[in-house]
Amino acid sequence: MNARANALAERPREYLTFRLGEEEYGIDILKVQEIRGYEQPTRIANAPSFIKGVVNLRGVIVPIVDMRLKFGLGSAEYNDFTVVIILNLGARVVGMVVDSVSDVMELSPDQIRDTPEIDSVVDSSYITGLGTLNDRMLILIAIEKLMGTAEMALA
Amino acid sequence: MSDTHTSESSGDVFDLSQFHGVFYEEAGENLANMETLLLETDESNADDESLNAIFRCAHSIKGGAATFGFQDVADLTHVMETLLDRLRRRELAITSAMIDTLLESGDVLKHLLASRQSGTDPGIDCTELVARIGALAHGTVAAPVAVPATETPVVAAASVVAAPTAPGERVLEIAIGPLDQPKFAENVVELFSEIPGLGTIEPTDDGQPDASQTRHFRVVSTVTDSDLLDLFSFHVSREQVSIRELGAGPAPALAPTAAHDADPTFGLFDDLPTPVAIEVHAPEALVVAAAKAELPRSADRSAPASANLESSTIRVPTEKVDQLINLVGEMVITQAMLAQTGRGLDAVVHQAMATALTDLERNTRLLQEAVMAIRMIPMTAVFNRFPRMLRDLSGRLGKKLELHTIGEDTELDKGLIEKITDPLTHLVRNSADHGIEMPADRIAAGKPEHGTVTLAAAHQGGSIVIEVRDDGRGLNRGKLLAKARERGLSVSDSMTDTEVYGLIFAPGFSTAAEVTDVSGRGVGMDVVKRNITSLGGSVEIDSVEGQGMRVSVRLPLTLAIMDGMSVGVADETYIVPLASVVESIHMTASDVKSVGGTGRVVEVRNEYLPLMRLDELFDVPRSVEHSGGIMIVVEAEGGRIALLVDDLIGQHQVVVKNLEANYRKVPGVSGATILGDGRVALILDVSWLVRRVRH
Repeated sequence: MNARANALAERPREYLTFRLGEEEYGIDILKVQEIRGYEQPTRIANAPSFIKGVVNLRGVIVPIVDMRLKFGLGSAEYNDFTVVIILNLGARVVGMVVDSVSDVMELSPDQIRDTPEIDSVVDSSYITGLGTLNDRMLILIAIEKLMGTAEMALA
Repeated sequence: MSDTHTSESSGDVFDLSQFHGVFYEEAGENLANMETLLLETDESNADDESLNAIFRCAHSIKGGAATFGFQDVADLTHVMETLLDRLRRRELAITSAMIDTLLESGDVLKHLLASRQSGTDPGIDCTELVARIGALAHGTVAAPVAVPATETPVVAAASVVAAPTAPGERVLEIAIGPLDQPKFAENVVELFSEIPGLGTIEPTDDGQPDASQTRHFRVVSTVTDSDLLDLFSFHVSREQVSIRELGAGPAPALAPTAAHDADPTFGLFDDLPTPVAIEVHAPEALVVAAAKAELPRSADRSAPASANLESSTIRVPTEKVDQLINLVGEMVITQAMLAQTGRGLDAVVHQAMATALTDLERNTRLLQEAVMAIRMIPMTAVFNRFPRMLRDLSGRLGKKLELHTIGEDTELDKGLIEKITDPLTHLVRNSADHGIEMPADRIAAGKPEHGTVTLAAAHQGGSIVIEVRDDGRGLNRGKLLAKARERGLSVSDSMTDTEVYGLIFAPGFSTAAEVTDVSGRGVGMDVVKRNITSLGGSVEIDSVEGQGMRVSVRLPLTLAIMDGMSVGVADETYIVPLASVVESIHMTASDVKSVGGTGRVVEVRNEYLPLMRLDELFDVPRSVEHSGGIMIVVEAEGGRIALLVDDLIGQHQVVVKNLEANYRKVPGVSGATILGDGRVALILDVSWLVRRVRH
């Protein structure tokens, strides 16, 4: 690794953290377009259960993915606190239902640990690492990569 | 009489004035263009390209002006065009006087157009200018400087002019001769009559030259003698012409010098061995000075009005327009929500609110219409490519082809224009290739050697109809049916002509080369049909064997808006494109018959249609079992099915949104739209539903 790339990697990055059940996740803040309250989407027939349907986001039709269903976490209850993180992934805009959004955190590379080999619903190749902040553990997800996979059935 | 009246008023329906704006805009651009080009022209070395371009500018203004009946503009551009035509053909060399005159004409045109546009009287008489350009065009130097010199005899003669004439008009007797060929004089007469506003000319010698081969004419005109001489000298030499005021005594000749020196017997009398030479050769410097003096004056005159003529077009990226459409769409929804909330309020207490909401509704609708209109562009964009294509084709095929276009100004959504180009190209090529016969065959069939392909576009209700017509050999019903049987398609002799002609759209029909022998049609017609259907349009064929055929393509005006019928299934709402709805019928469970256990049909007007339950197809969750409902008969790709839904909600225009942009193609769904409450409703893909049931 050359010095320049090293310096870039050393720079702390900001993550938006959200809760799915008991777990806390973090995604690159730059991928987040906005955060909205949950509204009932229009169901799409014959789509996987974690695709809740589509909503109207200021004239644009946006699919809504429920991450709790996708990861098999939490009770997938929809109440006033349920939020949708609208992700702007360059080519497409996707909404992601989570239990709640915690905060935006800055993590420097030395706060990020490697992911151990584990058996989980989430393919560990989409987990970029585990962030530690005091006694909290953040599961950092490469969200663009995850949303682009065939199993998400978004494209 | 009443008949005449009716036909007149029906003629009024085609009100050309709606196109005036476009004409003014184009004419303004053309004038500006012409001016730039004229200014760049180097008279010692003018290049063909710019001369041609200047000619085209004048030509297109003339064309438009003539169409709209702007006679003064058309007359002026006509003479300009004559001059420019000779210039570009190198029959005349361009001089700075010509450039000045043309520039001046441009200013006058601007003024005339601006007056037309603002509906005021232009207050200029172009007769003199027209005559001057005419003179230039006919190869002589314009000599506006001669005007003051000739005015004296006019005044002197005025009192003795016998015939009633308009102010400024003079009655002249003109002798032309001796002539080697009498037809030169006829040429002069022709030329004189060609220039509008010049006056009248009639022979006084019964068309026969006298003993010295001289012809005599009586002319009523307002222009100066020198201008007349300039004009006549195109066909005859100046020396052969003599002019005198009728009744004003013999030959008071015209140019200053001649007027003083002329012997009264000169000019008119045939026995003179050498007719008087009338020298009107104005010094070049003087001509230019006069032209220059003229120029600022007309520029001043047109200055306030020409501001109106400034180009009012701007180029905007499509994305910006689409963004605008999206935002307006959102606004429509917000407005609908507000209106819904407003209905719950007490109208007495909240009267001001109610009024504001009504205003908002109207303004929103107008705004939406205005924004949608931005995307509309004229069909010219498509039609323009065909003249060249036909020209190439006629060379390749050895046929004589002519193209007629009608309704190029018909507007269509930009997105559709792009998508319709290929199918139309295909249809035109088909017509040229297979429809039009070889010249020899055409003559043998008693038709003109030239085959004509006509492209016509017109608005009909909420659709645009584009027709591709040819006067070729047409379709043969018998051969089509035979071919269809050979291909194993189910056909019968009782099929209607439309159904038989529709066979050429069948996929099996298209690819085989021998189809050409049968019908002369078919290559890729199924693709054409599919493309048009996918745009929400339809194609129809009409033909008379031996006379030609007509393919009519009907398309919605825009892809962005569609007439839809919203239907409810349990708690969900779906949109059925209204274009594919045949009828809707109340139904009870007993109407449904089962076939082979799972298949269900329903009898509609003596026909059993396959029934598709939307709730089953889309797996709609139901809390309570629903019986009965409404059956919507839909038609697509030539097949009909019945769709079972719970209820009809209403009909409205929906803004079509694309699902694929952020999600993916969903089977059975062609797109989505946003309902009045902000929710998304899916639009059914009727073609897909029909295909699914029938195959």
